[in-house]
Amino acid sequence: MSTPFRTPYPTYNVLDKWDSPSFNDQTREVIGRRLDEVPPRRFFDAIQWATLLAVCNRVIPQPERRHDERVPIAPWLDAALHERRGTGTRYADMPTDRRSWKQGLDAIDAEARVRHGLRFAALAADVQDAVLKAIDDGDVRAGEAWAGLPPKRFFRHLVLKEIVRIYYVHPAAMSEVGYGGPASPRGYVRLGVDAIDPWEAPRGRWPGENDE
Amino acid sequence: MTRPVGAASHGAEVRPRAQGGRAPDVFSRDGTVAMREFRDSDAVDFAIVGTGCGGGVLAAKLAEAGFSVVALDAGPFWRPLADFASDEREQDKLYWLDERVSGGEDAIELGSNNSGRCIGGTTVHFQMVSLRFRPEWFKARTKLGYGFDWPVDWRTMWRYYAEVENACKISGPISYPWGPPRGRYPYRAHEVNAAGLVLARGAEALGVAWAPTPLCTVSAPHGKSPPCVYRGLCKIGCSTNAKQSVLIAFIPRALAAGAEMRDLAMVGRVETDGNGRATGVHYHRSGEWRFQRARNVVVSGYSIETPRLLLNSASPQHPDGLANSSGAVGRYLMVHSNHAVWGEFDEEIRWYKGPPSMACCEHWNYVDDHPTKDFFGGYSFMSQGPLPTDFATSMVTNSGVFGMDLRRRMANYNRMAGLKIVGETQPQAENRVTLADEADEFGIPRAHVAFSYCDNDKRLYRHSLTFMRRMLAAAGGRNIFETESTAHLMGGCRMGLSPDDSVTDADGRTWDVPNLFVCDGSLMPTASGVNPAMTIMANSARIADRIKALAAAGDL
Ligand SMILES: Cc1cc2nc3c(=O)[nH]c(=O)nc-3n(C[C@H](O)[C@H](O)[C@H](O)COP(=O)(O)OP(=O)(O)OC[C@H]3O[C@@H](n4cnc5c(N)ncnc54)[C@H](O)[C@@H]3O)c2cc1C
Ligand code: SF4
Repeated sequence: MSTPFRTPYPTYNVLDKWDSPSFNDQTREVIGRRLDEVPPRRFFDAIQWATLLAVCNRVIPQPERRHDERVPIAPWLDAALHERRGTGTRYADMPTDRRSWKQGLDAIDAEARVRHGLRFAALAADVQDAVLKAIDDGDVRAGEAWAGLPPKRFFRHLVLKEIVRIYYVHPAAMSEVGYGGPASPRGYVRLGVDAIDPWEAPRGRWPGENDE
Repeated sequence: MTRPVGAASHGAEVRPRAQGGRAPDVFSRDGTVAMREFRDSDAVDFAIVGTGCGGGVLAAKLAEAGFSVVALDAGPFWRPLADFASDEREQDKLYWLDERVSGGEDAIELGSNNSGRCIGGTTVHFQMVSLRFRPEWFKARTKLGYGFDWPVDWRTMWRYYAEVENACKISGPISYPWGPPRGRYPYRAHEVNAAGLVLARGAEALGVAWAPTPLCTVSAPHGKSPPCVYRGLCKIGCSTNAKQSVLIAFIPRALAAGAEMRDLAMVGRVETDGNGRATGVHYHRSGEWRFQRARNVVVSGYSIETPRLLLNSASPQHPDGLANSSGAVGRYLMVHSNHAVWGEFDEEIRWYKGPPSMACCEHWNYVDDHPTKDFFGGYSFMSQGPLPTDFATSMVTNSGVFGMDLRRRMANYNRMAGLKIVGETQPQAENRVTLADEADEFGIPRAHVAFSYCDNDKRLYRHSLTFMRRMLAAAGGRNIFETESTAHLMGGCRMGLSPDDSVTDADGRTWDVPNLFVCDGSLMPTASGVNPAMTIMANSARIADRIKALAAAGDL
């Protein structure tokens, strides 16, 4: 069902620009820390953590990467909650972010058990996907576990949103979509259609076009 | 306690930088400039709460007129050259991330979406689209039959638009297709990027006008600002100072004229005396509560914090909150609907290059009679250039897509283009800011924001989706999909002609407390179909002149 992921930009890596004028000191500092200082688990308990890792794996599967090359997501979610870094919005029909995340991960697990008699983390990938889709549809069966937490809002506005906010700031993700990445002090010169500066990703390999 | 959000320069988030007679030189990496300082016990002419389009512009103009001014802001005082990284997550440090409760039928996203928290306010991360109102909107009720009239004549506003556009050296086209003639923009228009040319192609195919967007970033050097280098990260702060945010265009002026800026200074209450007059502000800075005396207080905290502060400043004379005898404080809060269409193209657009909205179309702001126009008000729309996480979050929150599907769709990033509206919403009394039951870390009750679209708002954005879909298809877009969101805040303490239904008069002076003013986006009685910053700045420049006139007449 799912064809493997292929980036249109297999030869491009934003980190190749590390020593170029596209990176300034503060950007090197920030991205360097993201790559080197992955935080430990401090906020979630071990079971929630296992569920979270499994959820991150389904939201952003990275089968084409070796284990040690996969972009870490859960540690940054944990760190943000531990540090009480806010988002500025708490929907009136939701508990605080910190409470929502804990309750929500427990509820995802409860949902897996009600439906399949297993922990979420123990389910096969396609079954996990189906559980998450049901939650996104608001079709939940572990009633009590969701008390006071709207499943769809939780799934889209916390789970999906915060996961992509972490994944797509990682250099590997920037590279796979061909984004220019850090750009200061040097920006861009060629702004027109199909116009590419030498320090950008080369033209992509698009299916049906210049496929090998 | 203040917790830093950023990894780089986090000292600025913890310790005030403007003190000891020096303030950051925003044009340097680590320099300072001289700053006049006042004692808390000095009754300054003006204590201004907030330093964005409202407070920053006002502080500069009042200080230049010789008034003593202390401007306080809850956020840090940044030096963009050294402090701003090219990183979406790091730059979360620019936003008001404190929890606010968002309710109503169409609860809005707050935080990065509409609220900044630093010296210079939200303009430090705004997208620089610099448009003027259509003249009739200042009399929307009498001339167009909806909303509320502004207590200001459009010709007056036109002069102040010119003043602030000149101060910000707006780069715009030689002739703008809509509205009455305006003078030349101070700087030439920027080259339109590929994303903007998609809008142009679509507009030409549908036979409507388009224009290079007038932008608040310089197309040639200006003072210590270099020209824009089209790095496209404007929405997370401009690290080159090409962007003429309030931090760059007005704060240095304010400091040079003798205003004091207090960063990391959260105002919790405006104090009033037994006569009901304001006497100063209570603020929290460097770990303690302090009180700045003032002859006049101006609240410029934007549409949520301004009402919140007034409501939290209730006193025996003002039991329902300061300046709230009309009950209008916090009410008539508006947003812009921000619906969008997105499509894939055969070309590589690479919309991350250049400011995000380089082409715009105001067609539907200026059409009143058309068989398809089934709504009051207007909308403009612009070409788009979302950064990766921004685009990803709008896809996942709107469609719920995840997994390989999501990664595959994101891999089209460089071949996408989009059109997004700034859509007018109607002022409704029940769309409002109130105080929640819970308090923040300073002990101040949190804001509760309620927002619901009315039927007219929905007809308006539906109309825009149909139109933009046609336009994007005409430009060659495939697999078109829609997203919805909101942008900007307007209203919440509207100005008006009568104390019965507004909070302030045309001068921003509250009807109830003669030495208390409001000066920011919360004054706006209607939202309009254009981005609000230039209108807020122009209105603030006008209020500054009105205050000078009041003072000269001995009426302050
Ligand atoms: C992502 C984004 C893009 C935008 N793009 C555009 C655009 O392209 N064009 C456009 O015209 N507009 C744009 N806007 C909107 C524009 O930036 C705002 O409308 C405008 O800045 C509001 O001005 P203001 O003075 O009312 O408030 P702000 O600029 O928000 O300033 C208010 C300041 O008050 C401070 N404050 C609040 N309460 C307190 C308190 N109690 N004590 C101390 N300080 C306090 C805050 O920290 C803040 O710095 C954009 C906004 C966002 C979020
Ligand atoms: S594109 Fe221009 S305005 Fe935007 S961040 Fe870059 S230099 Fe600043």
